[in-house]
This record gives sequence, structure tokens and C-alpha cells, in this order.
Amino acid sequence: MSDHSTAAHDVRPYYFVFGALLVLTVVTVLVSYWHLPPGPAIAVGLAIATVKASLVAAFFMHLKGERVIIYGLLGVTTFFVIILFLLPITDSNWTSERRPDKPALAAQAEASEH
Amino acid sequence: MTTALAHPADAPSSGVTNAKLGVWLFLASEVMLFGTLFTTYLVLRMGAASWPRGWDVLNVPLGMLNTFVLITSSVTIVLSYVKAAEKDLAGFRAYMAATIALSFVFLVVKGFEYGAHFKHGEFPSTNIFNAVYFTMTGLHGCHVIGGIIVNTALLYLSGEDFEHPLFAGRVEGAGLYWHFVDIVWIFLFPALYLL
Repeated sequence: MSDHSTAAHDVRPYYFVFGALLVLTVVTVLVSYWHLPPGPAIAVGLAIATVKASLVAAFFMHLKGERVIIYGLLGVTTFFVIILFLLPITDSNWTSERRPDKPALAAQAEASEH
Repeated sequence: MTTALAHPADAPSSGVTNAKLGVWLFLASEVMLFGTLFTTYLVLRMGAASWPRGWDVLNVPLGMLNTFVLITSSVTIVLSYVKAAEKDLAGFRAYMAATIALSFVFLVVKGFEYGAHFKHGEFPSTNIFNAVYFTMTGLHGCHVIGGIIVNTALLYLSGEDFEHPLFAGRVEGAGLYWHFVDIVWIFLFPALYLL
């Protein structure tokens, strides 16, 4: 946070970020043409998307120089969103043992309930 | 400059305006909303016997075009905020009008994509991938429409409210929301189109 309204502001960082976002978008699409296996493909795609989102948040949303209260709010949000991701995914992994394509595990799970 | 601009209405306790804090709280709830959908996408995809590759069933060039459009609109709206803070009405109007125009371009491109799917008999009920695709992009599209309404209102109100001490803060709030919409698309595009 710094100065005030009517002073002229340096907008060059916005254009640099704009260029970086365009380049990273092209890179994401080019990487997808390699048709990587799912694991590496997800890792690369997620990494580039995270960098792009961070650039938008840091520069366009001014998080780079934001107040502590906003950082605190985002910290709490991040904590809960991690829980939001982990709980259903963990549950899904557990219940996937009952999937029809794994009959042995499904039978075992069913037997343990009786 | 890239840091947030100080504002005369900043609350002494928090250092930000109440409106800005409210927008960030709203965005936190939006993170949970879209987080739920991304979790659902992951759980459904992990549990599916087969899952189509995005590039086989979606139009990657149009998706990439829409990514460029949204990124450009993020630049124009942050520049409209700078112009509002600098009390440059003409500059604000030009950049805000460009943002609104780009938002419509996004919706038109998305409309072409949806139209092509419907023409080929692909609906949300066709399969799980389509259900996920239409739900996530549809909800994102609703957010784009919401952004258009807010940004158009600001453009309209700038005629008489531009000199109001809180006006730049309102533009900043609208900008924060719009950047969030951009960030959601930044994750949606690879998740649905490229993986």
C-alpha cells in the first residue's frame, strides 16, 4: 500500500505479467500436445496454472503489498480448502476398494461388515 | 505500482476499507464453492473406469482463445482501477468498456462451444464428463455474467459518482472479483481441456 489516488502509477508491471501469462498459456497447451502420462501431465498442468494464478493474485489483485488482515483471511481459507480437498479424496480412495472392478477387495469389505 | 493503493476510507483497525474486506470474504466463500466442484471433479475422475481426454472431446483452440480473452480483460480492469484512482474519467471508461466487451467475447466463444456440443447431441446428462464440464463452465459463465452486470453498473454510475471518494474502491472491489473469475478459468482450462 502506498500513495494516493491522483498520483501517476507505474503500470509496466501489469504489462510484464500480461506477457508472462500469455506465454505460460501457450506453454500449457504445447505441453499437452506431448500427451504425457496422467501423473506428469497433471503435475505440469497444475504447476503452470498455479504460477499463472499467483501472478494474477500478486500483481493484479495487489496481494504483493496487501495488509496483514487480508493475508490472515487467505490463510484461513487455504487451511479449510485443503481440508475440503483431502477429506473427500481420502474417503474416495477408501471406498474405491469396494469398486466392482476390484471384486476381491469388494468381497473382503463386504465380509468385514457382517 | 503493483501494491494496493491506500484509500481515504481505510479503516484504522484493519488498514483496508470495509468494502474491500467484504469482497475478500466473499471471494473466500467463492474459493470454497469452486473448491467443492474441483474436489467433485477429482473424485469422479479417480473413480471412473474411463475418462475422456479433454483434447478429444473439447475445442482446445477456442478454450485457449478464451484464456487469452480473460487474461486481457484482467489487464484492462486493473488499468481501469488505476485510471479511477488517478481521477482520469475518460481512461477509466475506456478500460472498463474494453473489459465489458471482452467479457461478452468470452461468453460468445463459450456459446459457440456449447452450441457445437448440443448440435452433436452432447448434453450434461450424456455422461459424467459432460456433467462435470457443463456444471463447472456453466457456473463460471454465471460468474462472468455477474461481472458484466457489476462492471456495467460502475461504467454507468461513473457519470455522476466518479468524484465520490469511495468510487475507486468500488472499482477495486469489482476488479478483485473479476481477477478471481480469471483465476478460476486458469485452473478450469487445463483441468477440462488439456488433461
